[in-house]
Amino acid sequence: MEQQIVKVKNKKGVKVIPGFGLSLGVTLAMLGCLVLIPLASIFISAAQLSFGEFIETVTSRQVVSGYIVSFSCAFFAALINVVFGVILAWVLVRYEFPGKRLMDGLIELPFALPTAVAGISLTYLYSDQGWIGGLFDKIGVKIAYTRIGITLAMVFVGIPFVVRAVQPILEKLDRQYEEAAAMLGAGKLYTFFRVILPELFPAMLAGFGLALARGIGEYGSVVFIAGNIPYKTQIAPLLIMTKLEQYKYADATAIALVLLVISFLLMLVINSVQIYMQRFSKA
Amino acid sequence: MKKKITAVMLSVSVAAAALFTGCGGGDNDGGSGGIELLNVSYDPTREFYAAYNELFSDQFDQDVTITQSHGGSGSQARSVIEGNEADVVTLALAHDITAIENAGLIDSGWIDEFEGSSSPYTSTIVFLVRKGNEKNIKDWDDLVKDGVEVITPNPKTSGGACWNFLAAWAYQQEQDGEDEEATKEFMKKLYENVLVLDSGARGATNTFVENGQGDVLIAWENEAYLSMEEYPDEYEIVTPSVSILAQPSVAIVDSNAKAHGTEEAAKAYLEYLYSDEAQRLAGENYYRPFNEEILQEFSDQFDLDMNLVTIDDFGGWDAAFETYFDDGAVFDQIYEE
Repeated sequence: MEQQIVKVKNKKGVKVIPGFGLSLGVTLAMLGCLVLIPLASIFISAAQLSFGEFIETVTSRQVVSGYIVSFSCAFFAALINVVFGVILAWVLVRYEFPGKRLMDGLIELPFALPTAVAGISLTYLYSDQGWIGGLFDKIGVKIAYTRIGITLAMVFVGIPFVVRAVQPILEKLDRQYEEAAAMLGAGKLYTFFRVILPELFPAMLAGFGLALARGIGEYGSVVFIAGNIPYKTQIAPLLIMTKLEQYKYADATAIALVLLVISFLLMLVINSVQIYMQRFSKA
Repeated sequence: MKKKITAVMLSVSVAAAALFTGCGGGDNDGGSGGIELLNVSYDPTREFYAAYNELFSDQFDQDVTITQSHGGSGSQARSVIEGNEADVVTLALAHDITAIENAGLIDSGWIDEFEGSSSPYTSTIVFLVRKGNEKNIKDWDDLVKDGVEVITPNPKTSGGACWNFLAAWAYQQEQDGEDEEATKEFMKKLYENVLVLDSGARGATNTFVENGQGDVLIAWENEAYLSMEEYPDEYEIVTPSVSILAQPSVAIVDSNAKAHGTEEAAKAYLEYLYSDEAQRLAGENYYRPFNEEILQEFSDQFDLDMNLVTIDDFGGWDAAFETYFDDGAVFDQIYEE
């Protein structure tokens, strides 16, 4: 017997959010005022330099070393965050234990804490006079005022990104695939690496990208623990601030522009890989 | 239909509220008709101006409220240029105030408006070491020895750091005479021993005192004394053989003061810094008073026989910045090799 399904529509079709025009207007206004116009002003300010001056500023040795420090430390910090983020998400999703809700909330702490507070406390803790730093100092490893310290601060601010990206995917993961794998004779480790991890990979990649972006741009928490020695521990955002302090606004925006473009390209690559993978995992 | 109207009204009222809060603006006449002054100052003067502001407002014939702002001298100057409505600036070096003058906010000739090149108090650069002075630091040449860890801020962002750099340079110049390369080598070795380049003088003090880093802090004299006051038995002050007369300058920000109608009050505020009570207060806060007689009253606190060079020995701040602190100048060069 056939059933007739009748959809009740108004004249303009079924809508979920009222007023496409209004929503689009608000979106464009917000994006415009908060994102696009400030970014455009960077381009305009950097355009005050002639092309030669621009290249000279952004390729000077100190600036290039600043990029290298920022990007390399952010990269390692994001990698560390991916590994531990997956583990954290796994624990939060798959296990029940007292204090789980509290731990779940603590993950958000790096967002809630002012970056200066984070920077000062991390420095205090990891300097060779500090609690943890003192222990490491005994075995000859200096954490504060080195690149290790910078990476540590970047790990701290990037923790929530991978965890929050992976958590929902893990929660929705259908157990039947793991059960099928077990029935077919796969060991736990094999199941994890060949069945579960590929499902998580797009989310891990998204989280990696976000943590990387946060690390590159981070100033407040890094500048206290960094040491700021040129060619060793000077991050790119600090170089921008230094140029600003010297009233060289155009130079500062030139450096910022290069950072912006590189970060944008990185995000583009990561997102493209992510979309590509998702296309094949939804088969 | 009703829902659509509500949605539109709500969003319009939110937008309107957001727009109108921005139009509030600042009225500098004060709530009860009193005068409000904003004093934009540099990092270490917090304690001094807290006390001075009370002293001033007690004796001033009109009702006056003074707000303080503190930070690295260069950052503070920049904030005033970019619109921070300071009535007076009391910064670490004349160079930062000149920058505000170049932006058109201060009339030229400000430096002669008050006595002593508009420096009501001066300071100098000394070393702060830990009690016992294990590394036996007596003078600048001890700072370049192996294994000595030095804390000093970054001259590109900190006014105090510029004074530090120039004091070190002055010392070595006396040894090397005309040989600039040798002095540069000395500065290179000095900065190789620097563990952390903080962005401000107070930050460097915190790194040395609170975080326990380094063996010696190159600091403003007043900062060193303040640390001694906080932690009496943990630190010693070592006065180097050569140092620089650090002259933190003060000025009225003419365009802001005119706009706020606070010109008279601002002038009185800065002039009172030269009064006997204020000069004594400066001495009590470890600044060297400009007034010679009152300076003598503090002869047991300050080493008055120090061999001090001045910024004029470097040809003034503009020349000093061009030679030492601009991009590609000496400070950058010592990190290049």
